[in-house]
Amino acid sequence: MSSNKPHLELSSVSMQFPVKGGVFSALEDVNLKVTKGEFVSLIGHSGCGKSTVLNIIAGLLQASRGGCLLDGREVTEPGPERAVVFQNHSLMPWLTAFDNVELAVRQVFRKSMTKQERREWIAHNLELVHMGHAMDKRPDELSGGMRQRVGIARALAMQPKVLLMDEPFGALDALTRAHLQDSLMEIQRELNSTVVMITHDVDEAVLLSDRIVMMSNGPSATIGEVLPVPLERPRDRVALAECPDYNHCRQSVLRFLYEKQQKITPMPRQGEGQEAASGVDKRQKVLA
Amino acid sequence: MTQATIVASATDFVRQKAALFSPGDVLRALGMPIVGILAFLFLWHIAAQNVATSLGTLPGPADVAHQAGNLWADYQEQQQRAAEFIAMQEERNAQILANNPDAEVRIRSFSGSVTFIDQILTSLGTVMAGFLLASLIAVPLGILVGLNRHLHQAVNPVIQVFKPVSPLAWLPIVTLVVSATYTVDDPMFSKAFITSMVTVSLCSLWPTLVNTIMGVNSVSQDLRNVSQVLRLPFLTHVWKVVLPSSIPMIFTGMRMSLGIAWMVLIAAEMLAQSPGLGKFVWDEFQNGSSESLGRIMVAVIVIGMIGLLLDRGMLFLQRLLSWDKSTATH
Repeated sequence: MSSNKPHLELSSVSMQFPVKGGVFSALEDVNLKVTKGEFVSLIGHSGCGKSTVLNIIAGLLQASRGGCLLDGREVTEPGPERAVVFQNHSLMPWLTAFDNVELAVRQVFRKSMTKQERREWIAHNLELVHMGHAMDKRPDELSGGMRQRVGIARALAMQPKVLLMDEPFGALDALTRAHLQDSLMEIQRELNSTVVMITHDVDEAVLLSDRIVMMSNGPSATIGEVLPVPLERPRDRVALAECPDYNHCRQSVLRFLYEKQQKITPMPRQGEGQEAASGVDKRQKVLA
Repeated sequence: MTQATIVASATDFVRQKAALFSPGDVLRALGMPIVGILAFLFLWHIAAQNVATSLGTLPGPADVAHQAGNLWADYQEQQQRAAEFIAMQEERNAQILANNPDAEVRIRSFSGSVTFIDQILTSLGTVMAGFLLASLIAVPLGILVGLNRHLHQAVNPVIQVFKPVSPLAWLPIVTLVVSATYTVDDPMFSKAFITSMVTVSLCSLWPTLVNTIMGVNSVSQDLRNVSQVLRLPFLTHVWKVVLPSSIPMIFTGMRMSLGIAWMVLIAAEMLAQSPGLGKFVWDEFQNGSSESLGRIMVAVIVIGMIGLLLDRGMLFLQRLLSWDKSTATH
């Protein structure tokens, strides 16, 4: 947290989706301020609108009411200064790791870098995520964890003001996930990036975040509680297991999720009509 | 796709093929097909003797092979006569020039009878031209339509209506339009060629069009989001995201189109009496000599084999150009 002036600001964001016979209110009055260099996690049960919040920041969705400001300017469309790491890597399957990053780098630094500088920058970013050895491999030749690393490298290579991550490690096995979490902490410390990450995983949220934003259940989901994580960095997962502060944070989040926002019935699938109409992928939709 | 990757996938392909060619595998791979072909020839031989036609019994495999030999001999004879004709003219021209160095000399091309081989080449040329024209229209149009939901809704009924139209229905319209509009003084192509080509295109562009639209529609939302986040300009988006993503589907459509094009062409040539294999079949039918049936059967087999080769050629191209090798099987 390098300054107190808000870098990214969501003010009274509401989101409604038209459904058969009415409107489905996904988000209601979401307010959030993120400072530069801060790592914020969004956590909540599935269907609470976490992904909707992220997509509004990304500009892939437009809020029905309220809006999102980045450095004082309103977000109206997607752009590379708000790079997204998607849940399922979203790499072009026909391009190598290098070419996937190159697609982004060429677009963002077309004018400001020479071809040689761009090559070095791409290689640098792939090495940052420890993928320097597999730059010429295509996604189908890489493991799930390696693909996600390339996805992160692509996002980092855009030099975004805010890095948005939609359950980046959700589809990975526990060991790979731990590995990538450590890499991410290392990179974030080095670059001092602002990160907004969605997660389901309480340990992940506590380990990585400066603040954890806990969202209430939908419909009309909103921010329930915000928990600062007062743990020193760099953090070590093994040492933290015994740390009282860490366990206290964990407990707070668990209490919020499983006592205050306990899910009783499965969510009615109210978003379906809208899904077909907008063609937006289910995963990152209303109920995600 | 860069040249390097094309070369790389070509060598990959060759290596895979080479790996198949161990002696045992070859026997196993060829064994049953050979048995099948032999059984077919035997049954044909038996059955042919018992089918009476107005031109005698139906020719068996031996008669047909004999006719194939005749057709080849015809072709060689014509080639030889053409060579002789040209040589004779050259000799005469040389004499004229020796007597009078300022004399204007020229060589007339040989206009002998059109052989079976000539008809094959004509048909191949026409089908490739028609297919190329169809692809040049269908792929860009399919991409545009696939990218725009409203345009898709608007175009869809038109596609659905014209897709099942038979070539025989298009032919008269195309013939009339071509004869009225294609009036160049010194035409590079004959009217018959243009008519056949346009008919082939009209009939064969639909599968490519429909598949391209489907391919573009099925570009994953994740990849489109990436494109949006990167703010790729429209053409870059099409070239870098949409096209590679839908290439497998486009190729599937193009293979179907080429198959249709070949079938349509033969029918169109028969009906319009345009030069080509279709005309050959029709001429032999009208000719009605004792050899005609055998010759028609040669044509049928050749048409089938060319169709097969065209399909294999497209498959080869697909394996070469498509990143998704799993869609490029048989």
